[in-house]
Amino acid sequence: MTAVRVFGVCAALAVGLGLFGLITNPQPLRKIIAFNILGSGVFLLFGIVGRHGAASGIGNDPVPQALVITGVVVAFAATALAIALLLQLFQRAGSATLRNGAPRSAGSDPPGG
Amino acid sequence: MPSPSPTLDATTSTGFLLVLSIVVPVAGVLLAFVLGDRYARLVAFAVIPLGLAVTVAILVVLPQSDGPIVYLLGAWPPPLGIALRADGLSAVMLAATAAVICTVAVFAAADFSVATGNTRAPFAFWILLLATWAALSTIFLAGDLFSLYVALELLTFAAVPLVSLEGRTETLRAAMRYLLFALFGSVLYLLGTALLYALHGTLDVVLLSRGVSAEPAGLIAAALMTTGLLAKTALFPLHLWLPPAHAGAPSAASAILSGLVVKGSFFVIVRLWFNVMPGLPSSTAMQLLAALGAAAIVLGSIVALCQERLKLLIAYSTVAQIGYLFLMFPLALGAGKLESGGALAGGLLQTISHATAKAAMFMSAGSIYATLGQDRIAGLCGIGRRLPISVLAFALGGLALMGLPPGAGYLAKELLLQAAAERGQWWWALALQTGGFFTGAYVVLVLTYAMAPATEPMRVNKTVPRIAELAALALALCSLLLGLVPWSAYLPIPNGDELERLRLGAFLKMLIPLLGGAVLAVLLGRLELPIRGSPSWKAMLAAISPIRRASLASGALVERCDNVLRQWPTACICLLSLAAAFAAAMRIAF
Repeated sequence: MTAVRVFGVCAALAVGLGLFGLITNPQPLRKIIAFNILGSGVFLLFGIVGRHGAASGIGNDPVPQALVITGVVVAFAATALAIALLLQLFQRAGSATLRNGAPRSAGSDPPGG
Repeated sequence: MPSPSPTLDATTSTGFLLVLSIVVPVAGVLLAFVLGDRYARLVAFAVIPLGLAVTVAILVVLPQSDGPIVYLLGAWPPPLGIALRADGLSAVMLAATAAVICTVAVFAAADFSVATGNTRAPFAFWILLLATWAALSTIFLAGDLFSLYVALELLTFAAVPLVSLEGRTETLRAAMRYLLFALFGSVLYLLGTALLYALHGTLDVVLLSRGVSAEPAGLIAAALMTTGLLAKTALFPLHLWLPPAHAGAPSAASAILSGLVVKGSFFVIVRLWFNVMPGLPSSTAMQLLAALGAAAIVLGSIVALCQERLKLLIAYSTVAQIGYLFLMFPLALGAGKLESGGALAGGLLQTISHATAKAAMFMSAGSIYATLGQDRIAGLCGIGRRLPISVLAFALGGLALMGLPPGAGYLAKELLLQAAAERGQWWWALALQTGGFFTGAYVVLVLTYAMAPATEPMRVNKTVPRIAELAALALALCSLLLGLVPWSAYLPIPNGDELERLRLGAFLKMLIPLLGGAVLAVLLGRLELPIRGSPSWKAMLAAISPIRRASLASGALVERCDNVLRQWPTACICLLSLAAAFAAAMRIAF
């Protein structure tokens, strides 16, 4: 198994885990973490893309690395915004669920989840 | 229509205008941030005329230049450098954005001033307004797929706080759902971008358009990017975030969100299909896209008719109108590739028509909400006397959406019907006409209540400044007069002169959707129309009551379906299965 393939399998695993978490976890904080895992998988894929260029004789392609760094910054900003919203929601509602309807009491719903 | 020139590797002489149209609003954001909440509105009102001037300059310069306007950042040519390009499509969208932003700024001037006591919301609003503008300009001008990704994310980051500006629990919840679903969509888009880069070693739109072929990885990339963007555009069945977000936001923000923000990701879909991979789509994939659009029209409209609140009705109308935009894709597909012809022009005109009309409708709903302190449709009786300008703006916006000549909606509908006739796809023509009927239905429903005499003396919560009402009216009129603009300089309109003539027959044709809409409103509207008196009316109501009960039951069924589809897990599974369906549909033809 070449290094490129190992990275590819890892990227696919991270994307799969992230997708699973994003869909099945009802708690927003876990959804945010799942989104970050999903994002890491995609960034890893971008990383291999650079190596892929190296295999075909272009030399190690630096463009995907620049793209990954930009992507990481964007994902960081997204996470920060999501956490800020979640904190606001928790302060206002006493719980942080996305379900519609009457908010449950803070006791039955642990902070952040 | 400027022809796409083959060599795009040089900055054109007027290229600096493209940089200005992004830099001016960004400079406004930074300046407002530094100067603090006291000056945010002042900065916005200084920057908006400048931005408008730059947009007008681009509109003037583009028809004279040979091909698109190009600016290469740092004079680095693609694939290594980043290019900004403005073609006819970008120019039209820039113009619509500038028009909506300006009128919304006038509308919001009184609501979001420091004098209201609360300084935080006005400060955030003006900064986010300019940030939305900057992000949209970048989307319309970006020449490579990764810049488009960054611009889309900036747009989301500007739009999400607009939803929760008032900080109420339910709007925070709506903003959170919107953010998470939009992030899900953009990750899928990024995944597709990575695959395309792996295949072609470039993300530049023009360079990719020369190289894209129907490899399996390319098809998967296209499917992932399209579904990711559909999630951000809220095409049915991926609309879980739209109704609560658009209905809960302050009205000025709703106008921006519904009029402009969803158009950003829609424009990227257009770029992707028409500019990056025009040869890739199969007819099955395009029919699937338009079928989702048709489903959005029918379901969105029926659920809109079930709503009790005005802003939720308008939000569901947006769900339906987004479906309208996707009908152009199969109609543009000819001889194995998407053609930039009448169908594309029709789709773009529909986009700007909806942008202006829907923003006007949300603004007039905002004036009504502020006056009454609530927006229950059943409580609207008498508002026609109290706020005639706002109700007129709502009516004109609704008529423009239905396609009253000489509106852009009318021109769009004619172009799309013509394309449907040329391609022999009568079923999409049927969907177009049905959409007109449904739009007629909810406009008639709201107007009947607004024009009915008040049953009890109205309690006025707050007086709305006349200028805010006039801003909504101006935008509605703008939407209604857009058809008179010589679009053929920017959009690929076949034999444009023939269409732009005003005919009496076109006005008469409008009566059919209005009448059909009235019938639908009586049948499907959950609220009884407030028409009293005439015994013949009562006799007719009694006669149709079994039909009405049956149609109301089916309406309730549709609403229940909508509730299921708007659950988080259902929507996410829909998203993934749509991606798979697209990849499979594109595979079929090859």
